[in-house]
Amino acid sequence: MRIRKTAAAASVVLALAATAACGGKEGTAGDKPKGGEVVSGKYTVAKDVKLDSSTLKAAQKRGKLIIGAKADQPYLGFEDTTGKRSGFDIEIAKMVAADLGFSEDQIEFKTVDSNVRETSISKGQVDYYVGTYTINDERKKQVGFAGPYYVAGADLLVRHDEKGITGADSVKGKKVCSIVGSTPLQEIKKPKYGAKTTELGKYSLCVKQLLDGQVDAVTTDDAILKGYAAQRPSKLRVVGKPFTEEPYGIGMNKDDKALRDAISDALEKHIKNGDYKKAYEGTLGKSGSAYVAPKTPLPRY
Amino acid sequence: MNLLFDYFPEFRDGFLGTLSLTAASAALALILGIIMAGFRVSPIPPLRAFGTAWVTLLRNTPLTLLFLITFFVMPQILFPGTSPYKLAVGALGCYTSTFICEAVRSGIGTVPIGQAEAARSLGMTFFQTLRMIILPQATRTVIPPLSSIFIALTKNSAIAGAFSVTELFSVSKLLSDKGYPIGWIFLWIAVAYLVITFSISGLFRLLERRMEVSR
Amino acid sequence: MSASVLYDAPGPKARIRNRVYSVIGTLAVIGLIAFVVMRLNDKGQFAPEMWDIFNYAGVRNDIISGLLTTLQVFAVAAVLSLALGVVLAVGRLSDHKWVRLFTTGFIELFRAVPLLITIYALWVLFLTYKNDLGFTGDGTEFWALVVGLTIYNGSVQAEVLRAGINSVPKGQSEAAYALGMRKTQVMVTILIPQGVRAMLPTIISQLVVTLKDTSLGYVITYQELLYKVQHIAEVTVVNDESPYVQVIIVGGVIYVALCMALSALATWIERRGRRAKTGIAVAPAEQPVAAGDALDVVDHAEVAGPVDTSKKN
Repeated sequence: MRIRKTAAAASVVLALAATAACGGKEGTAGDKPKGGEVVSGKYTVAKDVKLDSSTLKAAQKRGKLIIGAKADQPYLGFEDTTGKRSGFDIEIAKMVAADLGFSEDQIEFKTVDSNVRETSISKGQVDYYVGTYTINDERKKQVGFAGPYYVAGADLLVRHDEKGITGADSVKGKKVCSIVGSTPLQEIKKPKYGAKTTELGKYSLCVKQLLDGQVDAVTTDDAILKGYAAQRPSKLRVVGKPFTEEPYGIGMNKDDKALRDAISDALEKHIKNGDYKKAYEGTLGKSGSAYVAPKTPLPRY
Repeated sequence: MNLLFDYFPEFRDGFLGTLSLTAASAALALILGIIMAGFRVSPIPPLRAFGTAWVTLLRNTPLTLLFLITFFVMPQILFPGTSPYKLAVGALGCYTSTFICEAVRSGIGTVPIGQAEAARSLGMTFFQTLRMIILPQATRTVIPPLSSIFIALTKNSAIAGAFSVTELFSVSKLLSDKGYPIGWIFLWIAVAYLVITFSISGLFRLLERRMEVSR
Repeated sequence: MSASVLYDAPGPKARIRNRVYSVIGTLAVIGLIAFVVMRLNDKGQFAPEMWDIFNYAGVRNDIISGLLTTLQVFAVAAVLSLALGVVLAVGRLSDHKWVRLFTTGFIELFRAVPLLITIYALWVLFLTYKNDLGFTGDGTEFWALVVGLTIYNGSVQAEVLRAGINSVPKGQSEAAYALGMRKTQVMVTILIPQGVRAMLPTIISQLVVTLKDTSLGYVITYQELLYKVQHIAEVTVVNDESPYVQVIIVGGVIYVALCMALSALATWIERRGRRAKTGIAVAPAEQPVAAGDALDVVDHAEVAGPVDTSKKN
């Protein structure tokens, strides 16, 4: 009896392995992305970059740049089931990497979820991090920021048939989901808005909870929310009344000023030469965010 | 030392969170576990099969996966809108109920058959036998493993911290994200857990002593 | 069920009653399953498109790579935790007081703290000293997970082994000493082999716990099976819905199959062990309280298992 159970269990595993060995359909599973494929640009790689930065020197020694990114945010930082990464943040990361002397093949993207990103960046798990990362003073105590390369605003994502929520002032008593420690969450918790919050580790989990009716709204930056809404236009929509400002920065080791300046230079260069706009329109622009030219020069500290 | 005092409210909330989570899921697990044990020893085959399936499936599922199920599958089956705390209690309660079920079942198994036979030949009804002969004796063998089951539950409740419930794990993550040395955080969190687990085992030892009889 | 404590052998009336209850019970169980299936069906979870995702090579490769990662972590952690278990068990039975004290403290500390917190703390620690430790890529998460599992399960295995060693009749070691064997010889050639043999089912059951706990890597974003299947769900949109239900079912089946295969091995060994007449009882294969205290379960398994006398003080 027991033996038979083992055999059954083993055969399930074997069957799965066998089907996998036979391959399967090519391409990405599920619905095709709405509004066409997200573009992926190529950038000229700088040669012989010399910088007094310990992070960069370590990266040059290992021959690979490790960049932290999100994997579950469509049009921003996304990794499909074939392992291909795409989105605006990914493009920004590649532009900067090119100026630091690393081609696309020399980049190792590492998925860093929001709930562990302070730990991950401040402890140097990644060389730098591009993933809808809001610059604020609290975080500056642990992480160095270059940018802002984009300014988003916190907004609300609701189900398509939602009538009760028209903006941040109408969420009193409603269940709102966001990420542990994220800035819009801190904001919406304030008595002024008075929402009940659910705090999860990723926005995609929040979106799932919204779809299931577990929560009434998801709050975070409009750029992220528009991506989710564009993925499922029949079920979700963005309220469209931003109630904060969220300047996105590239996060890195707090003490590596040389790297910070180099990344700021790279950003400014690509904003000026048009790469930035092209990348924006090929990615975020497709989810319905209008292009706004970022302010240059970028603030330094 | 400073860390504990500076963030005392956070530690307190986390501690209380772990306590209440443990207590609530222990209650749920106890009820479910006893029902399932009843199923497993009942003379009705489909209920026995259900009890066996419940225990086998839940026991061999990682708790983290069970959390994903309660958070992302349950709302589809039942009504949506349950708070994360209740969902976490559900996941922990169901998981722990399998261990309680087995403890209760083996407790009933240790009562010598002669006892029940004697009771029945005295003309006692089923419920009289259960209440006066079997349960008092079975309880004594069930109490000690229950202690370790509840201690394990306390520790398992840490996983809820990754699912929007404030308890000791979420506190340790919060403080670590604020940049405090992990060693000290770990130490204080460990102390908090030691306090809870020692209280549980103390409580049960007391209970054991109270129920002890010379045989 | 004729020899049950609870019931007499059923008479003709009771048999009919039981049959009626059986029918009602069957209907209730079927009804429950039907309700679950119908609700899921209402939400479109059984639409063919939802399940078609598993026909894509990318999805399959994700599942396979997650499974391999899980097995890899399990294999390394299993070997290391058994090794650590032996060391700690011997340390706890040592004649030197300070060794005993240290190992007892170590075992008690790491058994008391949730594994998740240990793993998280190790991860942060490893990240902090990553360059000194020479970790690259996923190395930090891998080793945090492996070391965490090793410390925790090693502590539990140590207690299991100690119970096993204590179950070896005293006459055995006395005879060995009388033959002029040294302490190490007695431990290595007499006590440990018999102790391991007696506790093998429990040791394997604890390995099942180790296997299940590899899923804690999910929380530190290590790309093991659970993380991988969840990632598939979060990046795939089918009919404007995310296929969480589907990947959870598939992932769950894999975990349950792996764990059940391992548990079945434990039961088989237990049954084989019972046939041998060594005079040392083989512990029951009952899975210890997951992520919990094998020790206590062993202690209380007085019905069949060896009695651990050392803890009764």
